[in-house]
Amino acid sequence: MSKPTLEIHTSPHVRSGASVEHIMRNVVVALLPVSVFSVYVFGLAALVTLTAAMVSCLVTEHLLTRAQGGPSTIGDWSVAVTGVIYGLTLPPALPIWMVVVGGVIGVALGKFLFGGLGYNAFNPALVGRAFLAAAFPVAMTTWSAPFGSERFTSLPSSTLTFPFASPAYDAVTGATPLAAMKFDTEVTATADLLMGMTAGSTGETSALLILLGGIYLVARKMMNWRIPAAILATVFVLSAAMHLVDPDIYPSPVFMLFAGSLMLGAVFMATDMVASPMTGVGCVLYGVLIGALVVVIRLWGGMPEGVMYAILLANAVSPHIDGLIQPRVYGTGRAS
Amino acid sequence: MVSSWLHRYPSFPHGVHPPESKDDTCGLPIRQFPFAPVLVIPLSQHMGQPAKPAVREGQEVVRGQLLAEADGWMSVPQHAPATGTVRRIGLVPSITGQMVSGIYLEPFPGSSQEVMEGTPCDVATAKPGEIVGAIQSAGVVGLGGAAFPTHVKLRPPEGETIRTLILNGVECEPYLTTDHRVMLEQTADVHTGVRFLLKATGAERAIIGVEANKLDAAEALRESAPADLPVSVRVLKVKYPMGAEKMLITSLLGAEVPSGGLPVEVGVVVINVATAAEIGRLLPHGRGIQERIVTITGPAVGRKGNYRIPIGTPLRFALEQVDVSDDVSRVFLGGPMMGQALSSLDIPITKGTSGFVAFTHVETGEVPAEYPCIRCAYCVDACPIRLNPAQLGLLAKNADYERMADEFHLMDCFECGACAYVCPSHIPLVQRFRLSKAIVRKRRAA
Repeated sequence: MSKPTLEIHTSPHVRSGASVEHIMRNVVVALLPVSVFSVYVFGLAALVTLTAAMVSCLVTEHLLTRAQGGPSTIGDWSVAVTGVIYGLTLPPALPIWMVVVGGVIGVALGKFLFGGLGYNAFNPALVGRAFLAAAFPVAMTTWSAPFGSERFTSLPSSTLTFPFASPAYDAVTGATPLAAMKFDTEVTATADLLMGMTAGSTGETSALLILLGGIYLVARKMMNWRIPAAILATVFVLSAAMHLVDPDIYPSPVFMLFAGSLMLGAVFMATDMVASPMTGVGCVLYGVLIGALVVVIRLWGGMPEGVMYAILLANAVSPHIDGLIQPRVYGTGRAS
Repeated sequence: MVSSWLHRYPSFPHGVHPPESKDDTCGLPIRQFPFAPVLVIPLSQHMGQPAKPAVREGQEVVRGQLLAEADGWMSVPQHAPATGTVRRIGLVPSITGQMVSGIYLEPFPGSSQEVMEGTPCDVATAKPGEIVGAIQSAGVVGLGGAAFPTHVKLRPPEGETIRTLILNGVECEPYLTTDHRVMLEQTADVHTGVRFLLKATGAERAIIGVEANKLDAAEALRESAPADLPVSVRVLKVKYPMGAEKMLITSLLGAEVPSGGLPVEVGVVVINVATAAEIGRLLPHGRGIQERIVTITGPAVGRKGNYRIPIGTPLRFALEQVDVSDDVSRVFLGGPMMGQALSSLDIPITKGTSGFVAFTHVETGEVPAEYPCIRCAYCVDACPIRLNPAQLGLLAKNADYERMADEFHLMDCFECGACAYVCPSHIPLVQRFRLSKAIVRKRRAA
């Protein structure tokens, strides 16, 4: 044995192999089926929207971190997750320039300003979407009908609207199942909701594919299943109670579960690790809060959908849930 | 692995599952190691007061003879690991990098190295106090790695009684297989040790806890148990850190040791199974510890194995004997989860050295960059005592040590490293806690 150079390092000397990139990359993978399916349902418009959302988020993060003087952080894949989720929350025919504005706002205001990865109090994708919902309420609630006959050959005229001009919409727009319910008390078939054959945001189409992505992440231990489970259970129980009170006014719990962005929100947005609580009990509380807010906004609020605001509000409460609920430390509290 | 899926073995909440990496050595019988040209024997190989030299420079000693005597109750004596000459009494290198007092012993090349017999201790006739004294005289410390003087544990504080003796045969650290081999090859010694320990403590029963990856050892101990000995063998789920005292007690008995308290507060004393075997082997002959079983393994080691090595053997000599590769880049004492990396190979094997592992550049690789905490809560789900390592990590970064200790139970952390093992942001959590604990202790002492 020659004189070896020994390196000193603190224990543990082995690691589980988990990494931020690995987790984030898997979230993107889990979102791929939903993304591909939405392009199938809404055609080129969805493809353009998703791409513009992703590019605007990536470029914003890259430029801001470089301007700060540090290395670019797009390699950790967290902004890619934001990019996909953000794209999936938008109406497919949203003008490109609005997509870009929301992406820039979401990453700059929702993430970078808070200190970047790990410090964002709110889900950055939802911050971008919330900004758009406030700034362009009409464009954000105009939905294309699914399976338009020319969806793979032409873009909706609204997509290419010149910045700051009001978008012109083609004749074929559709009401979302929730809007149809709220304003016209029309019920959409559950099978259509499950399979995603409805009008809505790019990604709020197939509940089945969203659940599939969620199961993939839970199986890989990259998602806390308690959050979506608590949200969905709460929505189901509360809306079932209301449905029993008056089935003519209040929709069935199954409809409430599968309509709108609840699935996407519960599985992929509320579960943002940074903006959700850390303990099991905390996650359940957080999920119940979101579920209750969704039902309240949907049934009694002015808007047909409330998932976005429910999650953003719960994001704000999350640190307080963590402050309140800590695991019982071994050897304390309980008589042994 | 399959068997642990089929059975629901007793366990504790949380914990992690690092790769076991024991296959290379768990099937290899214990082999005797040669004597190094010079043995380096620190006077403090245990927690507590260092031993006092009982020999002078130039003196010739016989293997097993007293080299240094215990200095008070919190101390154990040191016996000569070889027949030879005391070359020097002075400073010897230690793992912390500091020089500590010790003895250099040069074995006689031609000696038969027969071990000196002392006053035997007979378990049938000896009184409990005499057994405790004999254990101290034999220089016995916890051989699992902590090196806490064993006899001190056997004397419960006023008002406490020991009802259950738990033998720790878990060996949850990856790579290490010494306890596994002892349980297979020294079953009689283990049971004799248990008999001594039961009598010394007055405990009603003994439970040997063995992880489910050592079913052969559990079976061997079960089959060989004398009919009149109230000992049972319990198989436990394979999970790190099952071998931690608190986790073992909770898994076996369901009780929790109070925060900041001792196992005896729930009527338990935990003794490592190799320590018990050593007591069973030494006491009937009145001998002291002069060698110990060490697993030498890791990808950089050519001849991996479980070796009975004289105390004081320098690591450099030991590594040469087992053909360590030139590509060795990191050597650590103990297992990979809690082991301490070495800066020098001049330090000796001591009573607390349960093994050492040598990694090449392939395993050590690049130290990954640290990311911000993403609050994934992997560490929260890993911590066996249910701390919130993420929160503690943030507080440590802000140097808010008082809050760490007062609100978030920092001092309950026993540094198992599960949090740092799972952290996807590669934050050296357990290292931050070690430093924070040292700072809190210093401030409290001031």
